[in-house]
Parts: sequence; structure tokens; C-alpha cells
Amino acid sequence: MLRPASEAELAEMVRAARGPLAVGGGFTRGTVAGGERLTVAGIAGIELHEPGALTLVAKAGTPVAEVERVLGEAGQRLAFEPMDLRALLGTGGEPTLGGVIATNASGPRRVQAGAARDVLLGVRFVDGTGMAVSNGGRVMKNVTGLDLARLLAGSHGTLGVVTEVALKVLPVPEAVATLAFGGHDPGKAVACMAAALGSPFEVTGAAHDAEAGVTRLRLEGFAGAVAVRAERLAKLLTAWGVAEVVEGPGPWAAIRDVTDFAGRPGDVWRLSVRPSRMAEALALAGGAQRLDWGGGRAWVLVAEGTDLRGRLGAFGARAVLVRAAAETRAALGAFPAEAPGVAMLSARLRERFDPRGLFNPGLVAA
Amino acid sequence: MEMPVPSPAILARKAPIVERLRAVLPSGAVIDDPAETRAYECDALTAYRCPPLCVVLPCSTAEVAAVMRVCHEERVPVVPRGAGTSLAGGSLPTADAVVLGVARMTAVLEVSLENRFIRVETGRTNLSVSMEVEAEGFFYAPDPSSQLACAIAGNIAMNSGGAHCLKYGVTTNNLLGATVVLMDGTVVEIGGPEGEALGLDLLAVVCGSEGQLGVVTEACLRILPRPEGARPVMIAFDRNETAGDCVAAIIRAGLVPVAIEFMDRPCIEACEAFAKAGYPVCEALLIVEVEGSEAEIADQLRRIADIARGFGPLEIREAKDGAEAARIWLGRKSAFGAMGQMGDYICLDGTIPVSQLGPVLGRMRVLADGYGLRVANVFHAGDGNMHPLILFDANSADGLKKAEALGADILRLCVEVGGCLTGEHGVGVEKRDLMVDQFRPEDLEAQMRVKDAFDPDWLLNPAKVFPLAVSAGRRAAA
Repeated sequence: MLRPASEAELAEMVRAARGPLAVGGGFTRGTVAGGERLTVAGIAGIELHEPGALTLVAKAGTPVAEVERVLGEAGQRLAFEPMDLRALLGTGGEPTLGGVIATNASGPRRVQAGAARDVLLGVRFVDGTGMAVSNGGRVMKNVTGLDLARLLAGSHGTLGVVTEVALKVLPVPEAVATLAFGGHDPGKAVACMAAALGSPFEVTGAAHDAEAGVTRLRLEGFAGAVAVRAERLAKLLTAWGVAEVVEGPGPWAAIRDVTDFAGRPGDVWRLSVRPSRMAEALALAGGAQRLDWGGGRAWVLVAEGTDLRGRLGAFGARAVLVRAAAETRAALGAFPAEAPGVAMLSARLRERFDPRGLFNPGLVAA
Repeated sequence: MEMPVPSPAILARKAPIVERLRAVLPSGAVIDDPAETRAYECDALTAYRCPPLCVVLPCSTAEVAAVMRVCHEERVPVVPRGAGTSLAGGSLPTADAVVLGVARMTAVLEVSLENRFIRVETGRTNLSVSMEVEAEGFFYAPDPSSQLACAIAGNIAMNSGGAHCLKYGVTTNNLLGATVVLMDGTVVEIGGPEGEALGLDLLAVVCGSEGQLGVVTEACLRILPRPEGARPVMIAFDRNETAGDCVAAIIRAGLVPVAIEFMDRPCIEACEAFAKAGYPVCEALLIVEVEGSEAEIADQLRRIADIARGFGPLEIREAKDGAEAARIWLGRKSAFGAMGQMGDYICLDGTIPVSQLGPVLGRMRVLADGYGLRVANVFHAGDGNMHPLILFDANSADGLKKAEALGADILRLCVEVGGCLTGEHGVGVEKRDLMVDQFRPEDLEAQMRVKDAFDPDWLLNPAKVFPLAVSAGRRAAA
């Protein structure tokens, strides 16, 4: 395992590499590409946290837990709510900030606060030629030059190895409340969640457990406001049933981490489809289902080895294999093939940023 | 401003090129009469002008693709143009370029309230997108001050912001998908209502690429439910630094106002003389706006006033009703008009870390004194995006030159303290040559590789963003 202690050392290792590198942080995803492992865990530390400017700058190997602890002390947090999938995947390792950015890992609050890429202010990375690049910066508004920072977010390490990130952080609210509705099927749940997300009450989570038939909506903010909003939202949604309102953090960490499927046999897929068509997609998918993002994302547990993309027809192009045996992963590929134009541009970008094809070959769709 | 020498071969072939374009477009969609192309010789950065070879105004993505194929085959540069409101010269033509305007593409293609998006052709103006969904209680969040006139195409090209970014983000946070026509005429659908890229996030790099990568003809935009209400509070201070500290304290306290606007004394005096909004005469004014129900607004304004009182304000004026709110905003909203009355000005757009606000304003004044020029400041303090207005006399021989030199010094100052050259206007030609002050050669090299991938022949929007010396090798090889 290569474990550089600095960006310069990393650049040197990349230049010296003679074969593929499996780039990671804590390798918590269980989706390791072939080649020698290279971790950024040794390039760690918080460089700057300015609460009055909502700004955090940290090295890529910094554990997410460390980032959350430091932010928490100032009453702040990563608003995009990165998930920890170790329980679901049965993996170990320490989740890193770099890993979160490289996978654009974003939890339930994405519906309101955006994804990881939305709060990304800047990155430093080392490309496949060993060149260190800085892009973006640490300020909130910045349109200077092309936005490589967001291009790197979600690139799964295939364009470069992220060494440092700057993020916009947000305050932790005073109060949280969850409204729960029972007796919903996915169609009804999506309609209920759409009505909630279309209200002015700033719903920060909208999820549905299709096995239990329960739909949950989260409100966050100042104490008085949350109580009033919960009451008004419940009234607005009476057509979807009587809401049970519970104060406090609720089950959102479990929803974020999909822990319901942890330890249950089968493969796990995730789907992203426009909410109004999700029920249709899920009817084709079968299996056990959890919806998030107001119905824009679904987690589906199906029998091992199932070719879910095959079942889903056109929706198959929006299905990612998250947990499966190596043979299934090899046969089906984790990521769907992309449309020709997007595939062509993506291939051209990878050729230019990683001309030797060093980084995580085979991890994402060609 | 140095621009590349126009290609004599293209200039000589104007007639056949225009003919080919006419052949693929409806009648009246190609403008080549020099009297008419002059209307396209500049955008809102009027100091620089150059009539193009010709102008095309296609009506559909297919027609845009046809134009691009012709230009690609003829190796003619294309300058994409939205509404021509760029303050950075983002759509300044070159003499050998075809200006491709999307002004005739204004259709609303799809509105989905249940999925909270609207799909439009990109010639549509920013404000009219919001108006399309206003009756249903929704709006499109990015609101650049030119929103009545500016087109979505330009908003995407420049990743435009506005006054409400602190809460709602900028264009890139509200853009879900785009139809992009590449230089060779290939039409690529990037992203969509699903909003999440499963592969590389190409949409992220297209947004804010200033027409360097492709022409965006259709856009899928996120729409949001309109808040129940909004109201501002105005807080006056006797020092810029104190106002800056107060901004940081408000944010540290867990409040995320929808806007925090800052005005300094020269700006306050100009606005007061022009709009008579009843502003107190002081060194620094903050206008902080919050949203929500009546009770929520009252609660947040009370919290903000409590914090502000800790900084010894000269005055705290809370809007009790709509009329008072309008009066508070009146001065701020007439700032640019007020400056225009005082003379010529250039408007800068650098961003700084909020913590640097006080020191930067102080150093800016010293720099301005050195040039014998006046600078007024009005800007989005919550996110550190400054808009220093440099007043100068355009009739004096070196007036513009001096103002530009001061502007460059101020932007270098922004970079020095950890900020950037442009927060929402874009680089264009205006800040092109300053890029080397913010980026190392490796940083620019990485950006130019993206350009290579999308536009290998370097024909799109020539001479923008990248300093000519930096891109010379690539342009010569293309």
C-alpha cells in the first residue's frame, strides 16, 4: 500500500508508478479497482476553519469524524450529510473527506442543502502525470476559470487524486422534528413528499420505507419555527394521512446509511430517477426498497446476482450496483454505460488528465 | 486589450461562408450587413468593440448544430451570445468570428412542479423563468441584477449569482441539465431532471465555462417554493471593520440570512443624493434580509438586532412593513444608477474571505488615493463578493487606463488575501490577463485540457478566459 505523507510525495509516487493504482481514502466502499493501493490517509489535517465565513479547508485524508468533531464544536456541520456505508457494505476503514468528495457522497439533506459538490469551494489534486493542480479557492463565490473542483467531485479518483478540499459549511439548527405518515405505497409516498418539498417549510429530508409503508419528512431550524412548521405542514398534508410528529434527531442517520439493509442477504443497488417516475421504476425492480431525496433516489435490495438493469428497461441507465459479490460486479459493472456523447467527452477528459490510465481502471463505466 | 489578428483567409471568404450559413438557416437568421452587425460589436463591457464577420440567430438546437457544423468545416471561430449583458466582455466578437445569438430561442419546453424543475430554451430571460412558475408559488433562485434582460444562456456561461446566493447558491447549484452543441455540431444531453451525475459531472464544468466548451441551447433548471415572506433590517456603523465583524458574528450565530448587503460611505452618499432613501450618513451600512413566515421573520430579525447591538451600531432600522422594506432596498437597488449620475465607472467583482473585509476596504482606499481616483463599494458581504465601483472621467486622455490599472491592483489584492478575481461576472476579456495572478501555469494547463477535450480546434469564443500568451501554443497547433 502506498501511503504518501504529502502532496509532493504523492506526485512523486504517481510519476514513478509503472502500473495501475487503486486510489482511495479509507477504502470503505468495498469497490477497489485493480492495481496497487494508494491511500491519501497520510495527507491529513484541518488547515482552516473560519466559522464566521462558513469555511473549512482540510487535507483529503482527514477523517470525516474529525471534520465533524471540529465543526460541531463551533455549532456547524457538513450540511450535505455524507453517508457512512460501512455497516451496509460490511467493510472497515476510516471514511475520509477526500473519499466523500471523490464519490460526491450526499445524504437525505441533498434535497435542501445540495450535494457534496454543491458546497465544494476548491480542491487541490494530483493528476495522472504527477502534476499538482489547484482549482477554485476558499471563497463562497468564485467563477474564475473552469470549474475543475466540481468535475473532480464524483469522479471516483479517475481524473486525479484529491489532496485538499475547501467546503462551505452550515450551522447546526437548534431543533429537528420528523413527521411520519403510515400506509403509503411508493406512488403515494412520492406525491406526499412532492407536496412537502413544494411547500415553503424548507423540508430537509423526505424518505420512504416501502416495506413498512412509512413516509418521513424532516424539518430543521430555530426551535419555535420548527414546531410551527411541523403543525402547518401536517395540516397541509392531511390528504396523505395523519402525521405523527416526533421531536429530535429521528432515524435520519439510519436512513442516510441505509442500515436497514445491513446484514440482510442480497445485492444492493441505488437508482436515481425523477421522483414522478420512481414508483414505475420500483414496480419493475421488485425487492425491498427504501426511497430518499423525495423519491429521486432509491436503494433496492434484490437476490444475489440479479441483473437489475436488465429488469429496469430504460431506467437501467440510472442504476448503480452498490453491494454485490465480486463476480456479479465484474459481470454487471458498478456503473451503467453512458450515452454516447457523454461517454466520448468523459473518455477524452480521462485521456488528458490520466493519459496512462493509472487511476482506478475499470471502476467506472468506460 | 490585445486580441488575436483576424484570419485574412476567413475575412476573404466572408461571402461564401455567409452563403453556407444562409443555406442551413431560415431567411432573416443571418445578418452580415456591416450597419447591422454593429449592434453586436460589444456586450455590456462597452469599452471594447469589434463587429463580427456576421451574426446568426438560429431558432432551434438543430439549427445551432447546423451552424456549428458549417463553422467547424470552414474553421471559423464562433462567439456565443445570450442577451449581451456581460460585464466582462464574455461575448466580445473578433472580426473573423460568427456571433451565434440564442435570442430567438425562448420557449418553455416543460414545467414539472412535482419534480420541481423547468426546462427552457436558453435565450429566455432569467426573470421570465421565475415568472413562468410564479402563479404556482415557485421561483428560479439565481437573480443577477440584470435579471430583467440577461438570458439563461449567459447565466450558465458565467455561472451567474445574485443577491440571494448566500442561501440559494449560484447557477451551478440550480442547473440540473443542459443540451450542449459542441463545436463540430454534435448535440450532447448532459444531466437532466434526475440531477445526479452517475459518471463525470460534465455539467459542472460546462457551467461557468464562458462559451469555451459548447453552446448551451436548452436548460433544465431547479425551481424552489417561494418563501412566505421576506424583510430586511438596516444597520449603520461608524467603521467598515465593525460592519465586517458584525457580518461574521451573525453567521457564527447560526443565522443564514438570504442576503447581507454592504455599502460604504461613498456609495451611501451617492445613493442618498440620487434616491433619497433616508439612509443615515455613516461609514458602513448593512442590509440583512431574512425569510419565512411573519413570526419567523420577527424572530430572526430580533436575533440579528441583538447581535448587532453588541457592535455599537449608530442605528438599527427594522422594516415593519412592505413600504419600509422597499425604502431600505431603494438606495441599494439604485446604487448603480446613482454612480452613473456621478460619472463614468467600472464595476469590479472580486471575492474575498469575509474575515478580510475591513482590511481590504482600508487598503483599497490607499490604492485609490495613489491613483487619485474614488472607489465606492456596494456588495454581497455574506459571501465576500465585492463590487468596488471605480469612478473616472472617460473624457480625460488616460481616464479609463488609470481606472483599469487601479481595478487590476484591487483584484490582485483580492487574490493576495485568499480570494479570487471574479465572483459572478466571469473572466471574459476583462480579467483574462490577470489569470496568471491567481493561477500557476499548471492550474491553467489543467483547465485548458478541458477546453482541448471539448473544443480541440480552439474555435469557440476566442481570446477569452485564458491569457493569449498561455494559450498561444494550442491555438497555433489547432
